[in-house]
Amino acid sequence: MSARDVMRKIIGIEIDETSQFGYPARQRMLDVSHNVILYLDDITVSFDGFKALNKLNLMIDAGELRCIIGPNGAGKTTMMDVITGKTRPDSGTAFFGQTIDLTKLSEPQIAHTGIGRKFQKPTIFEQHSVFENLELAMTADKRALTTLAAWLRDDDRDRIADTLRQIRLDGEADRPAGLLSHGQKQWLEIGMLLMQEPKLLLLDEPVAGMTDDETMRTAELFVSLAGKHSLVVVEHDMAFVKALGGKVTVLHEGSVLAEGELDAVQNDQRVIEVYLGR
Amino acid sequence: MREPLILRMLSALDARTRLGVAGFLAVALLLVPVLHLALPADSAFHVSTYAITLLGKIMCYAIVAVAMDLIWGYGGILSLGHGIFFALGGYAFGMYLMRQIGRDGSYQSDLPDFMVFLDWKELPWYWTGSDSFLWVALLVVLVPALVAFVFGYFAFRSRIKGVYFSIITQALTYAAMLLFFRNETGFGGNNGFTDFKRVLGYTITSSETRLVLFGLTATVLAFTFMFARWLVASKYGRVLTAIRDAESRVMFIGYDPLWFKLFIWTLSAVLCGIAGALYVPQVGIINPSEMSVANSIEIAIWVAVGGRGTLIGPIVGAFVVNLAKSWFTVSFPEYWLFFLGLLFIVVTLMLPQGLVGLWKTAWKTLRGAQGAKA
Repeated sequence: MSARDVMRKIIGIEIDETSQFGYPARQRMLDVSHNVILYLDDITVSFDGFKALNKLNLMIDAGELRCIIGPNGAGKTTMMDVITGKTRPDSGTAFFGQTIDLTKLSEPQIAHTGIGRKFQKPTIFEQHSVFENLELAMTADKRALTTLAAWLRDDDRDRIADTLRQIRLDGEADRPAGLLSHGQKQWLEIGMLLMQEPKLLLLDEPVAGMTDDETMRTAELFVSLAGKHSLVVVEHDMAFVKALGGKVTVLHEGSVLAEGELDAVQNDQRVIEVYLGR
Repeated sequence: MREPLILRMLSALDARTRLGVAGFLAVALLLVPVLHLALPADSAFHVSTYAITLLGKIMCYAIVAVAMDLIWGYGGILSLGHGIFFALGGYAFGMYLMRQIGRDGSYQSDLPDFMVFLDWKELPWYWTGSDSFLWVALLVVLVPALVAFVFGYFAFRSRIKGVYFSIITQALTYAAMLLFFRNETGFGGNNGFTDFKRVLGYTITSSETRLVLFGLTATVLAFTFMFARWLVASKYGRVLTAIRDAESRVMFIGYDPLWFKLFIWTLSAVLCGIAGALYVPQVGIINPSEMSVANSIEIAIWVAVGGRGTLIGPIVGAFVVNLAKSWFTVSFPEYWLFFLGLLFIVVTLMLPQGLVGLWKTAWKTLRGAQGAKA
C-alpha cells in the first residue's frame, strides 16, 4: 500500500475499490445473476497435515435456507472460517456471487460485501448495553474517523427498535448485554447480524442453550428471513433442522457426504453409519 | 451543521465534572498565582516555587496517565514503552530551549555547549529550524505521531497483542534510550539538555514564566481530560471498547480494528509528546533516562493505582504516586522502590478498580448504611 493510500484512509475520504487493505465504504456489488450466492470449489485446508477440509464442494442458492450437519471435526466451523476470511484455504476457490473472490479479502471487507456470521459461542459485547450492541453492528460507514464523527439519526433509532422487537429484547435495551440469559445472548447476536443487513447469514449452532420454546421461535424467524436472505445453519438439534425444512448437507471428514431433503439424508446408509447411528 | 467540538465536549460532561474542571482551572490559573506572588514567603498560605514546579511536573505526568488510560483502559493495549513519546516531545522542545541559550553558554558559542565539546563546527541537519518556536511546536506533535504511527501500523497489522505487544514497546523505548545515550546522535548524550536560560525570550526561572507554564499545563490537562471523556463516549469509543472485549466480533461486523487502534495509539503518543514538551522547561532537564523501561512501567502503575478505564483515576493515581515518591525519596530514599512494588502488588490483588473503585465502593456502602438507618 502506498503512503497516499494510508493517508487517504486516515483522513477518511474516498477509498480505492481494489485496495488490498482497505475496504470500500459502499458494498462491493454482489452478482447473483446465476441464482447462486456462494460457491465453494475444491477447498482444502490442512493444519499440520490434518485435512480439516478435503476438496469441499458446496453451492448455496440465493434465498436458500441450508442446514449443515455432521459429526464433530467434520469441518463445519473451518468452512465458516474460510467463507469469512479467518482462514485461507490451501487450495480451491470461494466465490460470493459471480464476482467476489472471498480468498482475497480480509474479515472486515467480507463483512462489508454482505456476509454476516454468528459464532458457536455467543459473541457479543458484554460491557455494552443491548442497544449499543445493535448500534455498533448497524450498517454504516465503519472507518475509524467517520465513526468518530458518527451520531444516531431518528431512523437509525427506529431500525434498532424494530430489531429489538424482532428478537424480543425490547424490554432489555439498556441492560448490559453480559447480564442476559444464554438464549437471549444468542438472540442478540442474531439481532446484530440482522442490523448488518447481510445477504448471506452463517449461523453456527444458533439454538445451543435455548429452551424448546426459544428454539421453535428461532426456527420461525429463520424461515421468515429465507428468500430475502440466504442462510447457512450449522446445527446438531434435529428437531430444529426439521422445523427449518430446507435442504440438508452432511459433512464428514472435510467433504460432503450427502445432500438433499432431511428425510432422504436421514435414510442414507452412509450417513447413518458416520453420524446418526452413533 | 452540528455544534463545534468544544461545545460537544462540554455537553458530554455531567454537571459535577464540569464544576470540577472549572474549579481545578480556577485554582491553577487564579488562586495559585495570587498565593505565589501576593503573599510573603513566610506566610503559611504562600505557594513556593518548589511546590509550583513539583505540581507542574505532576500535571505533565497526569496528561501522560490519561493518554495511557485511553489505550490501556479503553483499548486494552498495554504499552510499557510510553516514555519514548514523552521523551521525544521533551527532546523536540528541548532543542528550541538549547537554541534560546544563544551565546550565554559556557563556551559563548552559537552552538549548544555539548556540540562545542564534541568539536562540532555546525548544527546537524535535523536541528534545522530548531530556533523557531512554531517549527519546534510542530515537531513536538509530529515526531511522536510519526514514530507511533509507523510502529503501530506494523504491530497492529501483524495482529500483535497482549503481553507480546507490551514487550515490543519496551524494546522500542530501550533501543531509543541507547540511541540517545550516544554522543554522535546529537542530543547531548547521557547528559541530555539542561542549563536552559529562556523560553520565547523570557527568563525561564522567573516566577512569571513558571506561573505561565504552570497554568498552561493545567489547561492542557483539563482539555485532555475533557477531550478523552468525549472520545470514549462517542461511537468510536464504543467500538474501541468492543475491540478490547471481543475483537473478532468487531471484525465480522465490518470494522477494521487496525485503524481504530492506530488512531488511539497515535493520539495517545501525541498527548505524551505535548506533556513532555511542557515538562522540560519546568523541570529544566531532559536526558535519556526518561526513556528507561522503569519510567514507562511507572506510567502503567499510576493508571493501575488510580483505576483504569475511568480517566479521572489515572490523574488521581499520577498525583498520589508522585507526591508519595517526592516525599519518600527525600525521607527514605532507599525504600522508594520497595514501596512502589508493594503498592503495585496491593492494588493488583486487592483493588482491581484502583483508588476510584475503592472510593465508589466506600461511597455506596456509606449511602447503603444511611439508607438502612432511614
